[in-house]
Amino acid sequence: MLKTEATERPMLHPLHAVLLAYPIALFTAGLASDIAYLRTAEIQWSNFSSWLIAGALVMGGLVLAWAIIGFVFPGRASRMMAGLYCALIVLMWGSGLINAFQHSRDGWSSVGPTGIILSMISTVAALCAGFIGFSRRGSPRTRA
Amino acid sequence: MRRLGLPAATAALLLTACGGGDPSLNQTGAQPQLPERDETLLPPMKIARPTGWEGASPTVPQGFVITPMGSDLKIPRQILILPNGDILVAEGSGGAAPKLRPKDVIAGYIKSLGKTKVKGGDRITLLRDADGDGRAELQTTFIKNLDAPYGMALVDGALYVANQDALLRFVYTEGQTQITAPGEELTKLPSQINHHWTKSLTASADGARLYVGIGSNSNVGERGMAVEEERAVVWEVDRATGTRRTLATGIRNPTALAIEPLSGALWAVVNERDELGPQLVPDYLTAVRDGGFYGWPYSYWGKNVDPRVRPQKPKLVAEAITPDYALGSHVAALGLSFVTDGGFGGDFAEGAFVGEHGSWNRQDLAGYKVVWVPFVGGRPAGPPADFVTGFINDKGQARGRPVGVAFDARRRILLIADDLSNTVWRVAPVAAQSPPPG
Repeated sequence: MLKTEATERPMLHPLHAVLLAYPIALFTAGLASDIAYLRTAEIQWSNFSSWLIAGALVMGGLVLAWAIIGFVFPGRASRMMAGLYCALIVLMWGSGLINAFQHSRDGWSSVGPTGIILSMISTVAALCAGFIGFSRRGSPRTRA
Repeated sequence: MRRLGLPAATAALLLTACGGGDPSLNQTGAQPQLPERDETLLPPMKIARPTGWEGASPTVPQGFVITPMGSDLKIPRQILILPNGDILVAEGSGGAAPKLRPKDVIAGYIKSLGKTKVKGGDRITLLRDADGDGRAELQTTFIKNLDAPYGMALVDGALYVANQDALLRFVYTEGQTQITAPGEELTKLPSQINHHWTKSLTASADGARLYVGIGSNSNVGERGMAVEEERAVVWEVDRATGTRRTLATGIRNPTALAIEPLSGALWAVVNERDELGPQLVPDYLTAVRDGGFYGWPYSYWGKNVDPRVRPQKPKLVAEAITPDYALGSHVAALGLSFVTDGGFGGDFAEGAFVGEHGSWNRQDLAGYKVVWVPFVGGRPAGPPADFVTGFINDKGQARGRPVGVAFDARRRILLIADDLSNTVWRVAPVAAQSPPPG
């Protein structure tokens, strides 16, 4: 008797996964450089954060579009997981956008308490989105 | 709906990022009213888009007439009137500040929308109006191959020109219409980055010393304080030897220097910091005190601490001098000229004209005019009065933007450099307009 089991694959398309890698890495790095700025008041750390966040928003923008499409047309994925994923990406990108403006301010105001909180929100949201996107929970289970 | 919530809220926040001033606040004079700091996510940016004069002229008070003395210049900034009545106009555009953040790219583009498309001349032009009709018959290049020249001064047959990186001396003979001999470098001037590149210049009352205004390398220290060595200062340069000392510090961007004729004291117009709200911080007119610290970047208008600067320097802030006279927030005062020998008489007998280039960091445009600050006994006395207006048309577009101003007591005229329409305007009492007898 042969039992066949379809290979379970994560919710995210491989290209989507590659795109998501950018905001995960860049927001995380931005959080690290924000921390470095607040510890040292060395302005170059804040400049680094500005570019890291800008880069995260560019690639994250593509992820955002894909996530919204994936929520509207879930295909084989569960609507709930697609929705949760989409909500996290919206949170990541939205707080990242506000943070980009925050980081355009001068001196200490470029980060300050608001900047570091927004960096944390974007980072945590990106990491959680990655967890969900790569987990098998959202994938269709086809068992014989 | 929920998933649109955050972007929608962001958009709303940006759109409503207000940036207009409260007109009931008096922001001029010795005690300007300062509102609370208002740091918005996006600084309010409003640039008056350029348009032409199309035959129109700036508006002058009754009893005065305005004419274009020279046109088709290449970004005229400051004006020097020579003893024989020839007019020198420094033309150019400097600065090479690298773009460090995405913001620098975007803000630079937006500000460029309010500027002329003409490339800076890097030269000094001579205008000669021998018949006194208010229009120069001769317009010729006086010195070429300069590097963003700005301040000029004439002392004892020597013409001093402040390039963006050095103070030069040229030998001048009266009546000359061109100088081809290269200038002698009296001293180098701080020019690294040159965020604020203009080097203003004037000579002391006795002519022995030259004063050079050197602007800061950032809005409020956001490039780090290491690049602010000998920035936001006024230098005193010995005219004979070229040795210098720092006269005043913390004076963010002293864009024009002039000697108050009654006291012989050095005065400056200074551009203050941005992005604290539409009504912070007022640009000012002040006597420059020897050894004075004027707050930048740690504090503004005296001892009001700017929280954006870390580490803070409370000891230094405790010494910060409150400037003498506020001109209004974001007006961008770039020109200063005291009248001498009775000025235009009447209300304009003692005081200074100030050229206000105009704002970008507030929704309600400020500046874009030349104001008159009345003085009594060598001190400002009374609110500034509009003298030349009409640089903004009724559609809110800029036809011109005033920079340097120069009063000529011998001919009773005021000259105004307009770096948007690339014109030098002449204001004269109506009587002076009639052709000379004979």
